Amino acid sequence: MMDKDSQQPFDVLVIGAGPAGMAAAVRAAERGGRVGIVDDNPNCGGQIWRGAEDDHGQEATAWSSRLRNADITKLFGMRVFHQPETGVLLAEGTDDVCELRYTNLVLATGARERFLPFPGWTLPNVMGAGGLQAMVKSGLPVRGKRVVVAGTGPLLLAVAAYLRKQGAEIPIICEQASWSSLARFGVGLLGRPGKITQGLQLKKELAEIPFAANSWPIGAHGGQVLESVTISRGGKTEVIACDFLACGFHLVPNVELQSLLGCQISGGFVQVDEFQQTSVQRVFCAGEPTGIGGVELALVEGQIAGLAAVGEKNAAQKLFGERRESHRFARMLDRAFRLRPELRSLPSAETIVCRCEDVPYSRLQEHRSWRAAKLHSRCGMGPCQGRVCGPATQFLFQWNPDSVRPPVFPARVGSLGRVVSGL
Amino acid sequence: MHDSLLRAVTLSVNGSPVAVPAGATVAVAVAIAGQPCRRSVSGEPRGPLCGMGICFECRVSINGTPHCRSCQIVCEPGMEVRTDG
Ligand SMILES: Cc1cc2nc3c(=O)[nH]c(=O)nc-3n(C[C@H](O)[C@H](O)[C@H](O)COP(=O)(O)OP(=O)(O)OC[C@H]3O[C@@H](n4cnc5c(N)ncnc54)[C@H](O)[C@@H]3O)c2cc1C
Ligand code: FES
Repeated sequence: MMDKDSQQPFDVLVIGAGPAGMAAAVRAAERGGRVGIVDDNPNCGGQIWRGAEDDHGQEATAWSSRLRNADITKLFGMRVFHQPETGVLLAEGTDDVCELRYTNLVLATGARERFLPFPGWTLPNVMGAGGLQAMVKSGLPVRGKRVVVAGTGPLLLAVAAYLRKQGAEIPIICEQASWSSLARFGVGLLGRPGKITQGLQLKKELAEIPFAANSWPIGAHGGQVLESVTISRGGKTEVIACDFLACGFHLVPNVELQSLLGCQISGGFVQVDEFQQTSVQRVFCAGEPTGIGGVELALVEGQIAGLAAVGEKNAAQKLFGERRESHRFARMLDRAFRLRPELRSLPSAETIVCRCEDVPYSRLQEHRSWRAAKLHSRCGMGPCQGRVCGPATQFLFQWNPDSVRPPVFPARVGSLGRVVSGL
Repeated sequence: MHDSLLRAVTLSVNGSPVAVPAGATVAVAVAIAGQPCRRSVSGEPRGPLCGMGICFECRVSINGTPHCRSCQIVCEPGMEVRTDG
């Protein structure tokens, strides 16, 4: 690998190559900035445009080709884990670590699924909804498999449609939200949340898949691997045999890096000004970390951040109207898919909440804060660093997240040496 | 399925050969082999959860390197994958 350590600072360094990061990098580079973009994945596209060879539609193709053609240093398969000093980030690849210097930084780190514990959720083949979709996009065959899709949020619909297209049988989509809350989203004639399906252009694909609101999984069963799930549907329970359960409860933003850099975070989201600049000068943030709002919002925020980072404020301002529109959609999403309190009683005493350290629900109940629970039970102390159990316990117990310490991802010992010595 | 996925790559999972579509991740190879990725600290079988590199449930050892997140790593011919530590 080339020696990236000796490089000049980037005018704009973008972390995350999903729609937001791609748009930021492209707009900044097209205005002549020296731009670098880093992503943990082997390709650009983030969550929604995952799978380099799949056809993701015109918009994706257009942004991918602009990214390819612009003069941008692309560092894929590299994960940023630490900032040893202002203006310097460390990123780790499969077998190397590099130091990245920047003048302006755009953090476009996206979101992950929220997982909630229920009995049996640790069985193999119980996966996230986006999680199973990502596996299938990476080559997992699902033709002829029965997949129950459950949880909450528009992602369930996108995933169900995708899996069906890949040949899976979807006996049901269980959406925890009530019909009345989905109605705010506009329930279509077929008793489906119309605006979402339209928005996702999925109406046709979803037409034959049963959709139940007021419905969620209460148990997953099997010996070594999933065999069936029990769902609660409109107050009654039902057992459904299946090969996979694709289950996620909407999205939570990835804000660990922003938090490490000292960016102000409120209500779980990174606070930004009208130019997408965080409370830290020259550090911008775009896409899901500023609020869960989907691909359109990610793209427009990314563009504004990229332009503002190279000082093109007038061009950035022209996009404010478009951003306002997408924000309205984001607020609607938030209201429609709010988690119902009943989900707090899903775990039984023995249900594992922290999957890294196998900490059961009963060992968490006695604690009053996330910090106390971590200290006494090791909850959140494993390699995922609380990325799975943190959002879950926040919902279950209303615990607030802790401050973030480096490295933001577990790094290899060799890489860690550089964290400890501060280089 | 796209063209690249029609070309197969062969690697080994716990010593047995597994053929996967080109471009498939190691997590997919382990799933096709019908294996869990790891045992949890209390001995439960575990497989991928997030599919995107954040949950660490898909950890396996690859060519002797332990704790590799198999969902983020693309299969290469001849790779030796172990799920038993
Ligand atoms: C699993 C999943 C599946 C989804 N599937 C769909 C779908 O099918 N349809 C749909 O409409 N929406 C989907 N979404 C929602 C989608 O994420 C958003 O609509 C939109 O793509 C957000 O764009 P973004 O650029 O903000 O973030 P993302 O697309 O999430 O991109 C963020 C990128 O940053 C990278 N990153 C984060 N931290 C680091 C770091 N420290 N170092 C290096 N790289 C880092 C990540 O690897 C990721 O590639 C999905 C979300 C998730 C979590
Ligand atoms: S499945 Fe979560 S890290 Fe690989």
